Amino acid sequence: MTTTERAAASHLLPSADPLGLIAADGSPVPDPALELPDGEVLLRLYQGMVAGRRFDTQATALTKQGRLAVYPSARGQEAAEIGGILALRPQDWLFPTYRDSMAVVARGVDPVEVLTLLRGDWHCGYDPYRANVAPQCTPLATNTLHAVGFAHAARIKGEDSVSLVLLGDGATSEGDTHEALNFAAVWQAPVVFLVQNNGYAISVPLSKQTAAPSLAHKGIGYGMPSVLVDGNDAAAVHAVVEQAVARAAAGEGPTLIEAVTYRVESHTNADDASRYRDRAEVEQWLARDPIARLKHYLTGRGLLDDARQQEIDARAEAEAATLRERMNVDTELDPAELFRHVYAEPTAALRQQAAELTAELTTGNQA
Amino acid sequence: MTAIAEAAPAVSTSDTLTMAGALNRALADALTEDERVLVFGEDVGTLGGVFRVTDGLAARFGEARVFDTPLAEAGIVGTAIGMAMNGLRPVVEMQFDAFAYPAFEQITSHLAKLRNRTHGRVELPIVIRIPYGGGIGGVEHHCDSSEVYYTHTAGLRVVTPSSPADAYALLRQAIDSPDPVIFLEPKRRYWEKETARLDHRGSTLDRAVVRRPGSDVTLISYGGALGTTLQVAEAAQEEGYSAEVIDLRSLSPFDLDTVAASVRRTGRAIVVHEASRFCGYGAEVAAQLSETCFHYLEAPVLRVAGFDIPYPAPNLEQHHLPGVDRILDAIERLQWDDSAPAAGGGA
Repeated sequence: MTTTERAAASHLLPSADPLGLIAADGSPVPDPALELPDGEVLLRLYQGMVAGRRFDTQATALTKQGRLAVYPSARGQEAAEIGGILALRPQDWLFPTYRDSMAVVARGVDPVEVLTLLRGDWHCGYDPYRANVAPQCTPLATNTLHAVGFAHAARIKGEDSVSLVLLGDGATSEGDTHEALNFAAVWQAPVVFLVQNNGYAISVPLSKQTAAPSLAHKGIGYGMPSVLVDGNDAAAVHAVVEQAVARAAAGEGPTLIEAVTYRVESHTNADDASRYRDRAEVEQWLARDPIARLKHYLTGRGLLDDARQQEIDARAEAEAATLRERMNVDTELDPAELFRHVYAEPTAALRQQAAELTAELTTGNQA
Repeated sequence: MTAIAEAAPAVSTSDTLTMAGALNRALADALTEDERVLVFGEDVGTLGGVFRVTDGLAARFGEARVFDTPLAEAGIVGTAIGMAMNGLRPVVEMQFDAFAYPAFEQITSHLAKLRNRTHGRVELPIVIRIPYGGGIGGVEHHCDSSEVYYTHTAGLRVVTPSSPADAYALLRQAIDSPDPVIFLEPKRRYWEKETARLDHRGSTLDRAVVRRPGSDVTLISYGGALGTTLQVAEAAQEEGYSAEVIDLRSLSPFDLDTVAASVRRTGRAIVVHEASRFCGYGAEVAAQLSETCFHYLEAPVLRVAGFDIPYPAPNLEQHHLPGVDRILDAIERLQWDDSAPAAGGGA
């Protein structure tokens, strides 16, 4: 690359303001760079967000009942969670974080299996190969590298598969994010980085996290096109992720997307958000609710009527009821499982320790 | 996938070669036999690695299978994890022992645990090759013995060869293993030559071997320190002690059976390694021997190890690394009694 070509890389820069297709009041905002998804897709997005929120409030309730050890809510982030997932094709892979249970469920993983981690039964309750979803990642940003490696392998094997990795604003400060962006760009790997900027890394606001004009600006340093999108606009998130997936699948390399949104609840049920942010700020964001926004648009266009709304609500309610019922069953865990999956075959030392535990439990039962 | 270069024989004929050469042959044979195998890291392509272990592989197997990465160790291990999840078998190089520390989170939080986290559904057949240890006059950060960071982590296998033939066998076995393997290459032995028939089919990944039989004391060692330990056994013979030398080869899992069988015969044991002594690998061996062989022991299990200091500068390292005299002194300290066969020489 010559100096002139390098200097001409301004096409990699994100827009100054987040891209959007539907305004907060539900009115359309045409964008020449983005195509509004068709009515059927918008309805699927809407239904996915309603179901996602109901799942989220149910999981929060299960935490209060002691059924979950902890739950990091994604309420308010439905547009980013669902908009991104529904843009994936069946053969694509999702690399989620601990906050993205809603997205994992939307991808088709059994909600009870998704909550196995947070219930405390096992660190990943689902089979990653069934719905092409990597285990939810608890360390920040480490999953970005897994996504790049997975995507690079797909290319080496000649498979048409794109990896979508989810990360938060805090994760963009971690070293692994920078290594992942760099590897992806150098390898032109078919991977899409979707940063859900929800304003806070636990208690630390974005202003203390970065001095960059936006998180999307970080892409240009790696030679990667970057997009800044309104993260509460499901239509816009879906459109930009779909474009990025198509680019990646066409061999044109990775994209960094920053979806600007807001974490309405605390970091987890163990956090007290009132210690670091004003209620007024939360209220401001509640007014930009992603579900209400799409609903206004759909009803205004005659795509959603009361009957359809009731159908969507009833379906979400039924799913929540089933989840509640299944989560209220006490699980029986097999302590021998502790030793089974450390290595392909348990070592002599592990077999010995398994026998010790069995003996301990037998004695305990007799006592 | 890219075309595979013409097949090399799975079992190489008897040959004189260095450990670096044997490792190169192991990588070439694995790349030939299994198209899922990839080799990548820093400078492993055109240069052939700073120790030339990957010499010629990029030219022979193509850039899609043997390639240089950006300079980022967490990136190398993290992307290897993603590749293995997608069915490939990466063999990656960390250029020097201490250079692997930026990848530590990926190794401990993910590489070691993904099988466990997913009930065995995600398998990560990854080999991380790490040139380790001192004795080559390297500057700081180029000489660490970092084995216990890895052996303390469940889910990892940790192995280290001490001869060219064993380096070939162990690396082939490591690449075939369904579990992630930390493959520690003792760099001071890279250029030692051996005439041997390279074969991995008779080898196992998790067994220790008796390198020299003896009856009075068991010397337990591995990797870079093994050569010194064998010299000690020769010298001890002249002083009237018959020393048995065990090469652990596999640090995790630890082959207690082989070691304990020897110690029950000899009644005395010394663990020799160049890593610092405090919480070092010798502490684990000594603890396991005292738990399982206490009534057979004639003396405490001793450790001869590096000092509890940061790895010293090159011109001082000979004082840190356990030498022949220090190990011989330890043998003398094993409180030989008059009835012992070596009493005369040990007094």
